[in-house]
Amino acid sequence: MDAITGAWDWLATSANWAGEKGVWHRLGEHVYLSALCLAISCLIALPVALYLGHIGKGGALAVNISNVGRAVPTFAVLVLLTLSPLGTAGDWPTIIALVLFAVPPLLTNAYVGMREADRDVVEAARGMGMSGPQLLLRVELPLAYPLIMTGLRSAGVQVVATATLAALAGGGGLGRIITAGFGNYNTPQVVAGAVLVAVLALLVEGLLVLTDRAFDPMRRGRSRSRKSRTTADDATPAGSPA
Amino acid sequence: MGAQSCLEANDWICGEYVRTRSQELLDATVQHVGITLVSVVIGLLIAFPLALVARRWRTAAGPVLGLTTILYTVPSLAMFALLTPIFGVSAAVVVTGLVLYSLTILVRNILAGLESVPQEVREAARGMGYGPVKLLFGVELPLALPALTAGLRIATVSTVAMTTIGAVVGYGGLGNLISSGMEGFFKAEVLTASVLCVLLAVVADVLLLGLQRLLTPWTRAQARARSRARRERRAAGRAKKAVA
Repeated sequence: MDAITGAWDWLATSANWAGEKGVWHRLGEHVYLSALCLAISCLIALPVALYLGHIGKGGALAVNISNVGRAVPTFAVLVLLTLSPLGTAGDWPTIIALVLFAVPPLLTNAYVGMREADRDVVEAARGMGMSGPQLLLRVELPLAYPLIMTGLRSAGVQVVATATLAALAGGGGLGRIITAGFGNYNTPQVVAGAVLVAVLALLVEGLLVLTDRAFDPMRRGRSRSRKSRTTADDATPAGSPA
Repeated sequence: MGAQSCLEANDWICGEYVRTRSQELLDATVQHVGITLVSVVIGLLIAFPLALVARRWRTAAGPVLGLTTILYTVPSLAMFALLTPIFGVSAAVVVTGLVLYSLTILVRNILAGLESVPQEVREAARGMGYGPVKLLFGVELPLALPALTAGLRIATVSTVAMTTIGAVVGYGGLGNLISSGMEGFFKAEVLTASVLCVLLAVVADVLLLGLQRLLTPWTRAQARARSRARRERRAAGRAKKAVA
């Protein structure tokens, strides 16, 4: 229990929030890195997945990438990139490692979502004379939306979690508070850092759930049918915590 | 090129490193496999009753699934850090953290597997006089095995990868080597340990896949029948097109 009251005291000390090694600065680094990496990952994964899903090719690739992604330890990739010539390029080892880990869930979910769009609806739209791009944007994309957002959520949470590991390889972010605590045998600081990271991860998860609801193109029609779908969709959360 | 050259040059790939440090590599691999195995087995032992509870009482399903999902969003570095005050610096910290992560995947998959058992099958077994325990272990569990092993494979592969983070408390298996290699800027140590780690994950996945095929011979017969039907349908479609 000492650790918990100690952690509370640590968090309540305003000196711990200020300065280069303070919570605010580390939080800023963490959010900046996570947001940048998530944006890059979306720009890479979504166009590829939507196109592959639209033409219906590369399914094995999309699914296998996700499985391989699970087997590769984030920590190892971070350290490998840090020791490579890129290691001197500031945040780039962290950014590349994070992007590598955010792409698989985004890619797989978007692809599966596109493929699982009701074929009858797609055929009907084609029969009505819709062109390829129209079909993609107006029919398949809205139908694939729930799965794409599931992918975005797991990727987002994964990136926030993985950004913590950057600290092990000497990068910035909230993980530094934990590793610094480990270094000084300062358990209250370790616990305080862990709580901060966990709260941020949960906040991001909540924020993405709200974004998901707010932008759902078929909000009203779907609310009933979604209940029956979620059990199947959620059976295997994509990606892994890192 | 002398025998020591690749160690002195600090090359990424170095056979000399593997030869001279084989004991160290073996010890780290054994620790890695041990931590992974213990975590997944304990995870399975906890997840199974949890899935049964979630299935039996609908009201329990939400909290059980919600709690395991929340655990999944806690980053592993934070998880291990939070567990350290409870267990001290020990392997128990790493194992507990990994067990908590595996629960998310295992509970969901076991539940999905049990729910996929057709109601008619259950009714038939009951009609044949199967009690609840015999029904569960004799009928439902075997039918749920494909979904269960699918979850077990995901959980095992991600546990192998995540064990490396245990290096923060000194119980990371191959992660310890990655960590010490990073501190000493020793490239061969980092790359060798990373590759071994991925190999472990692949081997574990293949072993579990083999186990699943051994335990569920009937799914292969079904898959064969399905692919034969698909081939015939496609052939029929081609024939129709040719006629048209």
